[in-house]
Amino acid sequence: MTDGIGARARRKEDRRFITGKGKYTDDIRVENQAYAAFVRCPVAHARINGVDASAALAMEGVIAVYTGPDLKADGIGDIITGWAITSKDGSPMKTGVWSPLVTEYGRYVGDAIAIVVAETQSQARAAAETVELDFEELPAVVLADRALEEGAAQVHDNVPGNLIYTWELGDEAKTDAAMANASHVTELDIVNNRLSPNAMEPRSAVAVYDEAEDHYTLYTTSQNPHVARLVLSAFYNVAPEHKLRVIAPDVGGGFGSKIYIYPEEIACLWASMKTGRSVKWTSERGEAFLTDAHGRDHVTKAKMGFDNEGRIVAFHVDTIANLGAYASLFATVTPTYLYGTLWSGQYDIPAIYGTVRAVHTNTVPVDAYRGAGRPEATYMIERVMEVAAREMRMDPAELRRRNFIREFPYQTQVILQYDAGDFDAILDKAQAAADVAGFPARRAEAEARGRLRGLGYSTFIEACGLAPSAAVGSLGAGVGLWESAEVRVNPVGTVEILTGAHSHGQGHETTFAQLVSDRFGVPIDNVQVVHGDTDKVQFGMGTYGSRSGPVGMSAVMKALDKVEAKARKIAAHTLEAAEDDLVIENGEVKVAGTDRKMGWHEVALAAYTAHNLPEGLEPGLKEGAFFDPVNFSFPSGALICEVEVDPETGVTEVVQFTAADDFGTIINPMIVEGQVHGGVTQGIGQAMLERVVYDEDGQLVTGSYMDYCMPRADDVPSYVLDHHSTPSPNNPLGLKGCGEAGAIGAPPAVINAITDAIGTETLQMPATPQAVWQALAWARTPVAAE
Amino acid sequence: MYPTTYHKPASLSDAAAALSASDEAMVLAGGQTLLPTMKQRLASPSALVDIRAIPELRGITVSGATVTIGAATTHAEVAGHHGVQQTIPALACLAAGIGDPAVRHMGTIGGSVANNDPAADYPAAVLGLGATVVTNTREIAADDFFEGMFATALDEGEIITAIRFEAPKRAAYMKFRNPASRYAIVGVFVAETDAGARVAVTGAGADGVFRHSGMEAALSASFAPEAIDGCEVGEGDMASDIHASAAYRAHLVTVMARRAVAGAV
Amino acid sequence: MTKVTMTVNGRPQTRDVPDTTLLSDFLREELRLTGTHVGCDTSQCGACVVHVDGRAVKACTALAVALDGAEVTTIEGIAQGKELHPMQTAFNDHHGLQCGFCTPGMIMTGIDMVERYKASGLPLTEEAIRHELEGNICRCTGYHNIVRAIEDAAQKMQAAPAAAAE
Repeated sequence: MTDGIGARARRKEDRRFITGKGKYTDDIRVENQAYAAFVRCPVAHARINGVDASAALAMEGVIAVYTGPDLKADGIGDIITGWAITSKDGSPMKTGVWSPLVTEYGRYVGDAIAIVVAETQSQARAAAETVELDFEELPAVVLADRALEEGAAQVHDNVPGNLIYTWELGDEAKTDAAMANASHVTELDIVNNRLSPNAMEPRSAVAVYDEAEDHYTLYTTSQNPHVARLVLSAFYNVAPEHKLRVIAPDVGGGFGSKIYIYPEEIACLWASMKTGRSVKWTSERGEAFLTDAHGRDHVTKAKMGFDNEGRIVAFHVDTIANLGAYASLFATVTPTYLYGTLWSGQYDIPAIYGTVRAVHTNTVPVDAYRGAGRPEATYMIERVMEVAAREMRMDPAELRRRNFIREFPYQTQVILQYDAGDFDAILDKAQAAADVAGFPARRAEAEARGRLRGLGYSTFIEACGLAPSAAVGSLGAGVGLWESAEVRVNPVGTVEILTGAHSHGQGHETTFAQLVSDRFGVPIDNVQVVHGDTDKVQFGMGTYGSRSGPVGMSAVMKALDKVEAKARKIAAHTLEAAEDDLVIENGEVKVAGTDRKMGWHEVALAAYTAHNLPEGLEPGLKEGAFFDPVNFSFPSGALICEVEVDPETGVTEVVQFTAADDFGTIINPMIVEGQVHGGVTQGIGQAMLERVVYDEDGQLVTGSYMDYCMPRADDVPSYVLDHHSTPSPNNPLGLKGCGEAGAIGAPPAVINAITDAIGTETLQMPATPQAVWQALAWARTPVAAE
Repeated sequence: MYPTTYHKPASLSDAAAALSASDEAMVLAGGQTLLPTMKQRLASPSALVDIRAIPELRGITVSGATVTIGAATTHAEVAGHHGVQQTIPALACLAAGIGDPAVRHMGTIGGSVANNDPAADYPAAVLGLGATVVTNTREIAADDFFEGMFATALDEGEIITAIRFEAPKRAAYMKFRNPASRYAIVGVFVAETDAGARVAVTGAGADGVFRHSGMEAALSASFAPEAIDGCEVGEGDMASDIHASAAYRAHLVTVMARRAVAGAV
Repeated sequence: MTKVTMTVNGRPQTRDVPDTTLLSDFLREELRLTGTHVGCDTSQCGACVVHVDGRAVKACTALAVALDGAEVTTIEGIAQGKELHPMQTAFNDHHGLQCGFCTPGMIMTGIDMVERYKASGLPLTEEAIRHELEGNICRCTGYHNIVRAIEDAAQKMQAAPAAAAE
């Protein structure tokens, strides 16, 4: 029995995790282990006059203390951003300089200033506390819109007015003209709340320098170890690429936050060489809140015009995006090409124009977090659609249907060409699964109990499978976004797949094996998936942007094609048949219509014994491939949320949540459902629970789980899911990607449901009990709302 | 964590001696608040005196209407104790809602009361039931015990040995949880006793747990939810943070009080 | 340094440790039982939950020296040889884990709650499971499949004698 494409195969990787045998970075301890702790900027903006480490150096167990000038003296480079954005006036973006250990200025609370290396972790931490900073506190700016105000504190001298770029997309004149003729215009002010990703495994690094070989090894919590190796060598000059091995072992969640190569990894790797010791650092949760890249943080004015039949005629967007103190790796592309290109949503919109002003503030860098730009676009569009429907007294589902795109491929006004979809079918499925018809009765029943019940929709589309290298290159990307794979068939017929994608919870060890099982009839237990080690896998771009399926698996499929072609040649030769007459099924290669056949393992063995191969054919059965798609993939979905609000307290319960998605072909429904459950929960978290708060001085208020509210089991319901598949035409399996969908689609469904329940739109995320109670109070006394 | 020295005395007198032997010594009970505080390097006791091995600090006795709970008794033990459930169900219920299951297996009543965290649950029960705090040197009435957030009438070196409760006619505790920490943003303990109604509020006050005399008077006249309606809760006395403004807290005090009265058993 | 002896997963273990050593550090660093994870510093995430004398406890919020003589069971100690505990099997069957980091704490909490409800005779409903998971945070699964796994394991453990779980 095999577990092919579409099977709910149990995960192969689970056994080590459920028995406590997973190997995460912090579980690794090497010979001669030393530990690092960081000295961090205690205020949001400071001029650093001096660092006195003499007390620390005198402490027991302390091996070394290094500061920014030490790194600079060794030529360690500044941290890069991977995407160059051009302002609408044609000028290049302006970003501040980010040194791994800062020298003259600290620009957010947590900015790394020095690394302390000691014999034990507690010695390192204790010593770091004694390092004396001589600094002068400077004025700070925290909020996105404040950063652009006259007289706001300047985060970087070379970024006047804190403005990194003013990016535009679409046709302004056409949009303005259409808006002027609209019979109804809906305007909305939207805040997309700042979030902390909070993978449960805190970041960690174990850096090992081998003096004998002049070779470096870095074990680290990374979603993309090859990218880490590339930037650590090519840009940060820590070690040459061929002398550096980066291993991302078991990684406990990423959600974007482990894409980036942070100061700590750079400093540990370099310090390992300087001290001749292996240097290990593991973030505490409090440190993670301070230093892991945050997500979202937009302030937007959106305006949508409709004709008198409810058809959208124009959409206008004005967004300010907070990128924090420095431009992190994907920070500049997230609020532009990953955001603006989705402004058309699922709708046929003839005129779209928008601008995005990205700003520096004295906060930790903001970068891609699960969804990255697409949740911000979806939240904006879907809030506007819901409010417009209410203003025009139309059924919100009907308003959406009136504007759905129905013909594919569809060229939007904002660069992207959608390849496939059936938005009516998904919405039908969602409405049926959610029993929308029964909602009025449920609402009446809730009212009898003193509860306000509301229903909200969200229909979304996202661009996934981050790729087309030439396309992203033309838009400013510093790298290509293809993926690679290698398929090695062993002489006994077992198979190894080497992939540049990286699993940190996605289940690749199972789903990638299912591709082989499907192709050759090999049990998934006979397939080993190898990833996360730059010495084993030649190169890869890692996992983010729901790309492991559409791009990573497609590379595997290409390599499998090559393996199959060679296997057919060998089998045809052995069985004395024509290649076209061969059928591969259930682990056997058969000559159709005959009883002649070979076991898969016999074909493999024949390839390696090489006693009787077709003339000119090389021995062995191993092939590699690179896959670079011609387009993004476009998952879409319809989500319906039902809530009940206790009007006395504002406490809101999500009582029912339905998601119907189009992910194209599904390899393992069990795993896809799990991705939706997790994504929706993060979306509910954003909508109702989570937000990062800095005070006016730039001190982080939400620095632990005491104040940053993570979704718990009793905050969310069990989910109702359905699927409808329109395969993507742009990759061999028709995959679209499913990792981000829930986080993208859920927030507007939740807020639309709550605003439906309470009958007022003056509600921003997160809709905490206090926020809902306040909105209700304002609604009762309209004057107070002004 | 800063270095410290751990002691585990077997008797109260040894514990008191260990506490007085070191300037910055602290009592360690369940450690569910103290240890996280130490881990974050916000507390640095020179010595920890673990009182959990002292026999007379453990266990629950129910004698008629009197429930005496040893200071080192865990929340889970109180919540699951048949005698407490029968005699003062509101107290068992409160204990069952503290922290999470793992915290309830370790955290103790004595630790919670001695710490007097402004968002802790137990101070509301102790004050709301007019309980007696028994220490190694004396007995302190609840009304004299709590002296503002994290402050109590305990002298240096004084150790709570037990809390003694008298069963009310009926009582209830209603908590509005902080969504993040799950501590009380507002917790209201109401009790109808022979001497009149008592209302203790935790979480909300700017200076820790307090009694609400207006509500007590109203409820003493009529122990019914509607009695709360006319009572004022002053915003000026309320705490305020990112989770709940003073106005919201003041509002919640009345809502929780009304619901507590309605649910009192 | 203080000498501490405890029985961990059935084997007596003695170490000299600083008085500040947390149980989580004792397990991870002294015994190299790295299945017990640390995901926060405020005792909220529950990735470190182990059983001490048969009760679920957060190993990051207990001092090793205070547990001299205790019986400790960790995620590494619940399978009988190659045979997994029903809770472990259920997490695999129901896809109750993704990145696996919170999983040891979830499984140890799951076993504890099932045993307690079994002892009390109370029904372990979905609502009860969600409430009991208050001290365990998962960022990947959205809890849906964790709840399914615990429901399934509870049924299977109902059939087994209580002592067999430890």
